[in-house]
Amino acid sequence: MIINNSNKQLLFLFLTLIFCLIISYAWLPIKIIILWTDGFLFLLLLLLTIAIKQIWKKPHLRKNWQQVFKHRLGMSSAIILLTYASIGILDSLHFRFIENQAQQNYSALYSVLDLALLPLKEQTEKTYSAPFATHLYSKENIELENGQTQRDYPRLHSAKTQDRDNTDIIFKMLQGILLGLLATGIALLLLCYLLFHSFFRISQLRDILKGNTTLPWNSALFTLMLIFISIGMIITLSNGYHIFGTDKVGQDVLYLSIKSIRTGLLIGTLATLILLPIALLLGIMAGYFRGWVDDIIQYLYTTLNSIPGVLLITAAVLMVEVQLNNSTIHYSTEERADLRLLFLCIILGTTSWTGLCRLLRAETLKLREMEYIQAARAFGVHSLTLMHRHIVPNVMHLVLISLVLDFSSLVLAEAVLSYIGVGVDPTMHSWGNMINGARLEMAREPVVWWTLVAAFSFMFTLVLAVNIFADSIRDAFDPRFNSNS
Amino acid sequence: MITYIIRRILYAFPILLGVNILTFILFFIINTPDDMARMHLGQKHVQQDAITQWKVNHGYDKPLFINSEQTGLQQLTDTIFFNKSLSLFMFNFGNSDAGRDISYDIQQRMQPSLALAVPTLLVGLLVNITFALLLVFFRASYIDIVGVILCIILMSISALFYIIGGQYIIGKLFHLVPISGYHEGLSSIKFLVLPVIIGVISGIGSGTRWYRTLFLEEINKDYVRTARAKGLSEARVLFLHVLKNAMIPILTGVVIILPLLFMGSLLMESFFAIPGLGSYTIDAINQQDFAIVRAMVFLGSVLYVLGLLLTDISYTLVDPRVKL
Repeated sequence: MIINNSNKQLLFLFLTLIFCLIISYAWLPIKIIILWTDGFLFLLLLLLTIAIKQIWKKPHLRKNWQQVFKHRLGMSSAIILLTYASIGILDSLHFRFIENQAQQNYSALYSVLDLALLPLKEQTEKTYSAPFATHLYSKENIELENGQTQRDYPRLHSAKTQDRDNTDIIFKMLQGILLGLLATGIALLLLCYLLFHSFFRISQLRDILKGNTTLPWNSALFTLMLIFISIGMIITLSNGYHIFGTDKVGQDVLYLSIKSIRTGLLIGTLATLILLPIALLLGIMAGYFRGWVDDIIQYLYTTLNSIPGVLLITAAVLMVEVQLNNSTIHYSTEERADLRLLFLCIILGTTSWTGLCRLLRAETLKLREMEYIQAARAFGVHSLTLMHRHIVPNVMHLVLISLVLDFSSLVLAEAVLSYIGVGVDPTMHSWGNMINGARLEMAREPVVWWTLVAAFSFMFTLVLAVNIFADSIRDAFDPRFNSNS
Repeated sequence: MITYIIRRILYAFPILLGVNILTFILFFIINTPDDMARMHLGQKHVQQDAITQWKVNHGYDKPLFINSEQTGLQQLTDTIFFNKSLSLFMFNFGNSDAGRDISYDIQQRMQPSLALAVPTLLVGLLVNITFALLLVFFRASYIDIVGVILCIILMSISALFYIIGGQYIIGKLFHLVPISGYHEGLSSIKFLVLPVIIGVISGIGSGTRWYRTLFLEEINKDYVRTARAKGLSEARVLFLHVLKNAMIPILTGVVIILPLLFMGSLLMESFFAIPGLGSYTIDAINQQDFAIVRAMVFLGSVLYVLGLLLTDISYTLVDPRVKL
């Protein structure tokens, strides 16, 4: 099929990219910084690529995954997740500008995403302002032209230059929608090329739009259109407006919400990356070897489980904080926040493997009595080989389903932990911190609702997409659900 | 039965000991009493004398495991491990770092916690089971599909959103009930209505979905087919037969969390200013009062182990086929 060919193309693209990076690195006045969590994220991406390659090689797995994407909702949620993931990855490519090579002066930490959002990042106000407002939330002394001062709502910095009304907003919105539609059109043509290797065949375009393809590409395109339109509107409207208003210190709320995506994703993925090997190893060992191994592992997870989760996490986070405070190494603010995030992920991972472990143990207990495993054992297959070859593949669907569900609960947990005060570092952009900072402002008059709404809706979109994706994964992989449908 | 219970209680001891050792490692070995003192007295510019004084005042000045200055049994008993960790087994929680008697505080705060947690659990159970039965009744129709999607949507909303939104709409916009606070006795009802409603609503999504899968698993079984073949109406089949049989997993799922109700809900209590054990824990975390956190960790594990035991016993009660 096309795979070999496109593999070569991909490799070529990749090499060019690296080449460009090296060239630009030598010329641009930047210093690339790889934070700890960035490193782990790239490791995760590498593992994911390997996993996808493996899946592609095995027809039965490929069929199951096709089933996932055949589901319209599954496809749409996958596109949304992909968008979130790419924003997160862009936000993980960090660097500093070199301000003075000789004195080792570096600027604050930037990510590639920051460059794209530069207008949002730099357009700050004094304090709160409502979405699309032209004036600040609170009154100030303003100096009039005739020298007198008057107490009034000052104009926003973003609204200094132009006088505008609702028609301007609508005009810019239409511009954004047009931009989004244009991008969708390009995506449609690209898709058509990838599927049929030819451009501009009306019948093929119609097939895609009508959904006469193996996978529901029209749902994917529709989701993509919504995403592109929102991006387009953000691009056009952010020039002169704060779409979600500004927060207490005048930062653009939309910028904060987009920056928080990385934190949410990292907490979900890194914690699952840590809990997966522990749960897999211990669960299968307990179920397979039984006897004293089982006793020890059961004891371990009952003990860990019996401690209320929040308290265990709290205790561990407080410990890490003390250790960071006491350590003699000097960290910059960003590095410190990053380390704390990493430790939070490790702590969440090591405290939440018990559920999956118990599930895997029960399943392995069932599997090891199956005839094919008995037969393999009778042939003298080594235990390790047997577990690797026969048991792990047969519990993979359980692992997959519970991992995706764990992911969504971890994203939600971040907000709660930030509220308790043991979440990510207060200087870090995260939905939990946004909610925590804004929850008391609901008591103000007029109500400052925009920060909360922005944070909740960004979080909700991610968690909803993950939950729907988990549902279609379950439909495709769980044998019990297969028989029903 | 009784021998089984005794065996299970004995089995609980190693678990509690494990919890104890784990918290001991976290609170005394990784994080030494010196660190704790420094945390309380301020990070920088703190004199060694002040740290020593703080440790003496709070009983952290002893060696960790073996006190070589004492003789005989005192070598083991006059240590931090014995005083601060093992004494928890006697439910002797000691004083908090702020100097209050923890046992007394816990007794005082248990009642408001229960007043919030028990109604939330019962009403939630009723609502979730009703919705789940409705969805199963209309299974494979549009009502079912829309219902499941609604459940997923409700599940994806953060609990914080329910709380903040509920407080804003009911408390601030309509002034129906006070936003937060608590009062002893019957007048506590007006303070409890809102948190209970919010607690129930935030649990509907996951609860309904979970019970729906339980019911769907039952509905393919033979006895259901027999009941239908007898000519029973679908409603009778569902409410009399399926509900009764699905009660086993439902009840055992409830029993395991029953003891933990004492611990209260961290979020609800602190948002609604209800003086229960949940807000007690949050306050302790915010003030970094490790003595209270240790006590609550131990209490939580005891209650969890108790829940496990009750679950096993309840199996035999609801399902006569299970023998211990």
